[in-house]
Amino acid sequence: MNGLPATDAALWMRKLTTGYRRGRRAQVIHRHLDLRLRRGTLTALLGPNGAGKSTLPRTLAGLQPALGGEIWLDGQPLAALLANQLAHRLALVLTDRVDVGYMSAYALAALGRYPYTRWDGRLTLEDEAIVQEAMRLTHCESLAARPVLELSDGERQRVMLARALAQQTPVVFLDEPTAFLDLPRRVELMHLLQRLARTTGKAFLLTTHDLELALRFADELWLMAADGTFTVSVPDGADAHAALLRAFAAEGEAVRGYLREVGLSSS
Amino acid sequence: MRASLSQAGQAEGRLASPFPSLGIRRSALLLLAGLALGAFALSLALGPVFIPLDEVLRILLGGQASRETWETIVISIRLPKAITALLAGAALSIAGLQMQTLFRNPLADPFILGVSSGASLGVALVVLGGASVSVSVFGRSALLGDFGLASASSLGAASVFILIMAIARRVQNVVTLLVLGLMIGYLTSAVVSLLIYFSLPEQVAAYVNWTFGSFGGVTWGQMQVFAPALLVGLGIALASVKPLNALLLGEGYARSMGVNVRMARWWITASASLLAGAVTAFCGPIGFLGIAVPHLCRALFSTSDHRILMPSAILLGGTLAILFDFISQMPGARFALPVNVITSFVGAPIVLWVVLRRQSFVRV
Repeated sequence: MNGLPATDAALWMRKLTTGYRRGRRAQVIHRHLDLRLRRGTLTALLGPNGAGKSTLPRTLAGLQPALGGEIWLDGQPLAALLANQLAHRLALVLTDRVDVGYMSAYALAALGRYPYTRWDGRLTLEDEAIVQEAMRLTHCESLAARPVLELSDGERQRVMLARALAQQTPVVFLDEPTAFLDLPRRVELMHLLQRLARTTGKAFLLTTHDLELALRFADELWLMAADGTFTVSVPDGADAHAALLRAFAAEGEAVRGYLREVGLSSS
Repeated sequence: MRASLSQAGQAEGRLASPFPSLGIRRSALLLLAGLALGAFALSLALGPVFIPLDEVLRILLGGQASRETWETIVISIRLPKAITALLAGAALSIAGLQMQTLFRNPLADPFILGVSSGASLGVALVVLGGASVSVSVFGRSALLGDFGLASASSLGAASVFILIMAIARRVQNVVTLLVLGLMIGYLTSAVVSLLIYFSLPEQVAAYVNWTFGSFGGVTWGQMQVFAPALLVGLGIALASVKPLNALLLGEGYARSMGVNVRMARWWITASASLLAGAVTAFCGPIGFLGIAVPHLCRALFSTSDHRILMPSAILLGGTLAILFDFISQMPGARFALPVNVITSFVGAPIVLWVVLRRQSFVRV
């Protein structure tokens, strides 16, 4: 991408430098990233802990300032967006514990309409229809009347996903959405995300430690190494497994041997 | 996508669906409003002297009552007391609700920010520090003494309020506010203990009398400060239902939905401190209403939606405050229990029940 973004990019960045600024000193995590999230695709961000796996999404979501470069979200520079405008373009599913007492799953998902409702948060019929459709897409209509307290982790994760869909944003970030789920629920969730990317045309970015699931379901892999190198790869591409090995090159033989096998079996 | 979605919604209409109603349940709120009105009317009619309701109504509408003493009782004793209880109960319940949501802690109460500790310090300084005032304070009827007390506690509450609000603008983490409030509480209680240690027994008795709480001390003159302060606080609180609902999910989610978290936190803290501070300044530290009423409302409506909780907490809090005050006077004219005794007797079991009920929800 020479300067101009591809038209199907819901989010793109140019020469983005991420990191932390403490006083006058800046601690750079990644320098000059040129990446994009295409509409209708699922992108998985992988890397060992401490590689800055949360810094990039946090920077892209405007939760922490970039050290340099630019981020464009849905055709607008991120830095120029007001909080509410940003909420119309980017939805988050976080790992934060959701403890909302007596709230029903439906009311929880309905909070996704927050950026669109009037001062007291009342939903119009159209708002409700959007929330209901979002719950249908994530297969949680049957949970609608249940109190959130009674939901299992997997069910709650789907309701939170419905909430993010109801926010009607072109981009959705998910922070380790599979972290607390058992294997069948993980596979279901990744499958669901892949399908949602196709049917809704949204761009999904998720951080995960589930290498095998990412290889199976993601359209693109962003691989971060502990030493700061950043590799973009397609899971079934010929170079996927070379890229994987490069990303985890600093790891010991046990890790690299495992990666060789996983990479080969998926391609 | 938008068009197809709204079509889907219209096709389904309001037919039987798996989706529960998100409305604000007007009929239940009207019922609560009726209860509040009933309690208010009863508290004007009943008391050591019974005054028929039609006479009360006539007095309120500016007419002549059959007996002149009835007019005095209603206008200068029962009416200000009922209004004070209604407003104070509503204010404490709302402040408690706001604090429970802001700190995401079911045991948070209106006094958590330390504003009430400031009020008690103000009172302690006047009652225990200034010997001359203590005598008039002891006899609650003395107008000058009451005003001195109210000003002292208002001043104490206001200084802590200003301190908290100045800091609230800067803090990144809401827990910082919590620790700040706690430490202010400890510091003021240390100063109060010190003052008590060096005070005369009757001064201590006067201070303890204040900590019992009372809705009966607010005169019409004081009402002109008390009522507007609470109405402003309640207005800000009502305007913050939307960000409060978003904050149920935590600050991270709230921010991602477009909430200016720092601003929302500031306004919520401001109104809760104003409400709790004003009530403590004029009625003393009234316990348990602020912690128990929000839980009662959640259980009653089984919801966490502040669009329902806010008005219901105002109505239920006001009603309960009137009832508790009424109960505290039951034994007889000369002998009235402190309001705080009643609120704690009723409030503590409620909180216990809520905590135990919550426990049963936790999955293994």
